[in-house]
Amino acid sequence: MSLLTQYAFLIVPIVKVAVLILIVLTVDAYLTWIERKVVAHIQSRWGPHRVGPHGLLQPLADGVKFIFKEDPLPANVDKVAYFLAPFLALMLALTSLAVIPFGPDIPVLGHRLTLSVADVNISLLVLFSITALAVYGVALAGWASNNKYSLLGGLRSSAQMISYELALTLSVVGVLLVAGSFSLREIIEHQANGHLGLLGWNIFGFTKDGVGFTQIIGFFCFYIAAIAETNRVPFDLPEAESELVAGFHTEYASMKFAMFFIAEYTSMITISCLATILFFGGWLSPFPASWTLTHYVPSLLLIPLGLWVIFDGLRYENIFGRIVLPGVGVVLAAIGAGLIVFPAVNDAIQGVFWFLTKVFTFLFIYVWMRGTLPRFRYDQLMSFGWKFLLPVSIANVVLTSAVVLWRMH
Amino acid sequence: MTGALVIFFALAALAVVGSVSLILQREPIHSALSLIVVMVALAGLYLLMGAEFVAAVQIIVYGGAIMVLFVFVIMLLNAGEEERTNFSKLATFAGIPLALAVTGFIAAAIAHSSASLPAPEPSGALTSTKTLSMLLFSDFVYPFELTSFLILVAILGAIVLAQREN
Amino acid sequence: MVPTNYYLILSAILFGLGIVAFVFKRNVIAIFMAIELMLNAVNLAFVAFSQSFGKVDGEVFVLFVIVVAAAEATVGLGIIILTARNRRSLNVERVDLLKL
Repeated sequence: MSLLTQYAFLIVPIVKVAVLILIVLTVDAYLTWIERKVVAHIQSRWGPHRVGPHGLLQPLADGVKFIFKEDPLPANVDKVAYFLAPFLALMLALTSLAVIPFGPDIPVLGHRLTLSVADVNISLLVLFSITALAVYGVALAGWASNNKYSLLGGLRSSAQMISYELALTLSVVGVLLVAGSFSLREIIEHQANGHLGLLGWNIFGFTKDGVGFTQIIGFFCFYIAAIAETNRVPFDLPEAESELVAGFHTEYASMKFAMFFIAEYTSMITISCLATILFFGGWLSPFPASWTLTHYVPSLLLIPLGLWVIFDGLRYENIFGRIVLPGVGVVLAAIGAGLIVFPAVNDAIQGVFWFLTKVFTFLFIYVWMRGTLPRFRYDQLMSFGWKFLLPVSIANVVLTSAVVLWRMH
Repeated sequence: MTGALVIFFALAALAVVGSVSLILQREPIHSALSLIVVMVALAGLYLLMGAEFVAAVQIIVYGGAIMVLFVFVIMLLNAGEEERTNFSKLATFAGIPLALAVTGFIAAAIAHSSASLPAPEPSGALTSTKTLSMLLFSDFVYPFELTSFLILVAILGAIVLAQREN
Repeated sequence: MVPTNYYLILSAILFGLGIVAFVFKRNVIAIFMAIELMLNAVNLAFVAFSQSFGKVDGEVFVLFVIVVAAAEATVGLGIIILTARNRRSLNVERVDLLKL
């Protein structure tokens, strides 16, 4: 037993890493399902609905397809860069999740459990370093493929990522000025205004020590720059199918393409987490702390969801629908009921619940934009990044620093 | 062997292997990748010394901007393998040992001069960004403004160089 | 703790390797990368001394060195692109005439 506690500083992060990777890969897979269903419903069609009820087994089928597909190696590729690029992209995307705090400290078995794999005091800088290095995955993939369309797509995409990285970093400086620290946990705690709840978040700016300023300009610059960084619609010209075959990942198939795919969705998740932490209060509840009845909101959501899943499963005639879906529904309803019965567990998961709700809202907005917006032409994209977004970010920094200086006196 | 020494030797070995790989690689893109490995190893060493902001700036600016510039130029110019050299044999057989001897001499001089360094022992404390910025904007504000001017001049120079002759 | 000498010896080794790369490589971009390696070795020495003395001045100077290296890389690579396009080769031994 003493060996376990002696090496606890090593074992606990490893367990956290394993749990985090498992959860993130599952969320990635089901994010593709959400994307296909939501885009389909926006376009007045069904989306995947044959593989399992509501198409829920579609990500599993896609995974099996990726594993069994042939993985060709094109001739005359630069082998080091060809194999390094998807590996680098995936490694960087997954590493950036290590510094994100998913909730407040939870008291577990007498010890405090920090809900982030690594709690460093420069976590925001670590995230920016990883974003800066992510350009290499794309650039090397374009170069190594020995294909002029890939090279063009890779160069365009890297140039786009570098241009918007400036606006991304500058738009966060306003938040740093207000919070006074690089640590994501301290940025969240700075937004914790107990009386006003929702209004204490950085987007509204009524923080507890009075030094806040609304970061709404910063939020819009950040979100637009972040969409450009992750190469999503409306900034996805470098990987659009109708423009450049498939851009920088044309020559990649099966598992290497799956690595790029997972890296893109994981960076979407990271950006959504960052947006909630920096501007929307992270794990803070939107209700003031004195409204203690709002602690039951997770149960209020889980129990009806569980009941709906039970009744939906009974519609189906195959085993998956008749047995598994009601089983899942019963588990969800039981969790919801258990939260009411055990208030200690309820308090512990409040932070995580609000964090996940906000992250999924941002992911839904990402998918919503994919379904509705057309894409930018490349010169429009670059001129927007340099001539509009960068000056607006700099203006936000100047304005925020003026207000913070004025309020500090 | 404390943990800090183990990490130091690991990162130092990575940096030296990266630099040797920079010399020995034939394709310039592989040399660029080796240099990126050196940059990241050095950023790790800065973190070990407690300079957290400098480590982040090293990765963001050096590894994420300057080296990307190098990689872009290599891709644009389609730089291929290096050609065979027609260096004299004397240069290779006398030059490399001489360079190693100079390096060894400097290293030995440093190792023997430990008595002359003012020896406050490294405290292992983290240098906060606040301390760095207080110094940067009070004592060093004049060089700071000069470097901003330098960057402006460099941007203008790059634009002028990139223009086509009309 | 790691003694400061270890960092300085590493800095000397990296600087020496940068000199070897500078002298022996023919590709002009590789020579430029050797210059960046030498600048990095010097940065390491600065931060090591800053930690040893307990003052932050060394780290401030490292920031300036990084900025200067960025500006130099920008203009230098622009010149390299133009020269390479004119002479159609990236070999420094080919740039041996005074007129283009």
